[in-house]
Amino acid sequence: MQALYAQLLVGLINGSFYALLSLGLAVIFGMLNIINFAHGALYMMGAFVAYFLLNNDYLSIGYWPALIIAPIVVGIFGMILERTMLQWLTGLDHLYGLLLTFGIALIVQGVFQNYFGSSGLPYSIPDQLRGGMNLGFMFLPIYRAWVVIFSLVVCLATWFLIEKTRLGAYLRAATENPTLVRAFGINVPRMITLTYGLGVGLAALAGVLSAPINQVRPLMGADLIIVVFAVVVIGGMGSIMGSIITGFALGVIEGLTKYFYPEASNTVVFVLMVLVLLVKPTGLTGRAA
Amino acid sequence: MTALTDDTLPMTPRAMRDEMIVFVAMALLLASVPFTGIYPFFVMQALCFALLACAFNLLIGYGGLLSFGHAMFLGTAGYCSAHALKVWGLPPELGILVGVAGAFVLSIITGYISIRRQGIYFSMITLALSQLLYFIYLQAPFTHGEDGIQGIPQGHMFGVFDLTKPTVLYYVVLVGFLAGFLLIYRIINSPFGEVLKSIRENEQRAISLGYRTDQYKFLAFVLSGTVAGFAGSLKVFVAQNASLTDVHWSMSGEVVLMTLVGGLGTIFGPVVGAFAIIAMQQYLAGFGQWVTVIQGSIFVICVLTFRRGVVGEIAHYFRRSL
Repeated sequence: MQALYAQLLVGLINGSFYALLSLGLAVIFGMLNIINFAHGALYMMGAFVAYFLLNNDYLSIGYWPALIIAPIVVGIFGMILERTMLQWLTGLDHLYGLLLTFGIALIVQGVFQNYFGSSGLPYSIPDQLRGGMNLGFMFLPIYRAWVVIFSLVVCLATWFLIEKTRLGAYLRAATENPTLVRAFGINVPRMITLTYGLGVGLAALAGVLSAPINQVRPLMGADLIIVVFAVVVIGGMGSIMGSIITGFALGVIEGLTKYFYPEASNTVVFVLMVLVLLVKPTGLTGRAA
Repeated sequence: MTALTDDTLPMTPRAMRDEMIVFVAMALLLASVPFTGIYPFFVMQALCFALLACAFNLLIGYGGLLSFGHAMFLGTAGYCSAHALKVWGLPPELGILVGVAGAFVLSIITGYISIRRQGIYFSMITLALSQLLYFIYLQAPFTHGEDGIQGIPQGHMFGVFDLTKPTVLYYVVLVGFLAGFLLIYRIINSPFGEVLKSIRENEQRAISLGYRTDQYKFLAFVLSGTVAGFAGSLKVFVAQNASLTDVHWSMSGEVVLMTLVGGLGTIFGPVVGAFAIIAMQQYLAGFGQWVTVIQGSIFVICVLTFRRGVVGEIAHYFRRSL
């Protein structure tokens, strides 16, 4: 039973990464109409920025400030990408957005591979979150519990921001009809840039969170992003809450598979995707495309 | 939503004549390779990828469907052919047939699933399906996991052509490529191809005209996947192995890059693009990981500045269809 709970916890952690990443994808897709293929690379950048901040002799900035600084740094990088490149694709077939961001992902990953090789770099767990608790039925490492709870809070905060605040209302309105929103005197292009920054920041945050668990390495996002795409197809990206719930749920299902039938643990999300598509082509929470 | 390729010219006798002239020139050029000093292995490899890119282009250039998992057909056909040749000991022509049949069955299954969603969802589904297959092939015993199927006997094609001789192998691969190319050319210029183009331009209009667009897209997917599988089977004879790299999603990305560089929706674009990318990998191999960065940069440059690709730009300049 110990092993089952351990796998459930791993599933929840992976689920929080899926949720954070697919949430960012959903936000970006809503505003820019682009599937951000560079999302995995930007998640990796988040982890690397945290690693730099800690290991630079002059800075040696630890985990807690990195949790804020890394998403901001990567977010700014994302906003520069949006202003210099993605912006020019407005009105074109959205496949071009996918191809452009795929190219960006190749460049970013290639550069990091050149400087750091493909092997992983260690990032230690911050002192305050070391150790674990004995819950009686299982041993709970504190850092892992922290990751799950913190990302859940961030997800819900993002949901609140978009669904319940005035800023979110502008955002949703601009998604529906940018011309009309612009007529009300709202700077839509700036909003798009900020939205891209927000989505990218969420990816980078996931990167920082994962740094102490999974080692920091250039391709850490490359394979993860395909699973996240499958999560997005299953969830349908119809709603923000849908992305969050689907992300966590699929992480848990993956964890359970790892316990009961380990051979299928790599493929279970894809198999689920096929099954969902056969029954409901629009995805679980999706609206008709 | 603007179309992917904006300047399709009507199929006039002049366009047909242009394309025939270029095709004959290409065939002659390729046929003369063994008499030049060019390394035939390189050209054979490029031909296999060119056929794969042409098959992929049938889907995106004429159907508007960006499949991001076309490597799965290449790899699946490769594994099927390799297994049939090595374990079952079938002759080459039947080995190819087994591979093509494998890709055919796979494209029916994956097409049935993926055609249900459009646009980027379609791309993501094909990508996820190919990753699913990657993990299956990683664990399945007959593929030998990381090692792949190696040391495949080349044998005698139809009992006559000795494929162990490089020149004979070259011409067999060339004939295979030209046959596949002509098949795709024929599909594009058939009534079926015209309907496909109309779906690319405006699917809603095609539906309102009474076409069952899903069936057309499905058939295009199966045709494309099967021809891509044929390329994979041919590749087995060139490389003499079938490995996981052919199924990995980065291979699908390379196919997209080849087609994009050459020109989406142009007939000769994918061939030019495939040769350009394979040559680049060959000659830039010394740069190590920088090749990935260069490839990424080409992606970015193509999408931002010349979306028509090499052949597309030339055709646009001369107002011809190529």
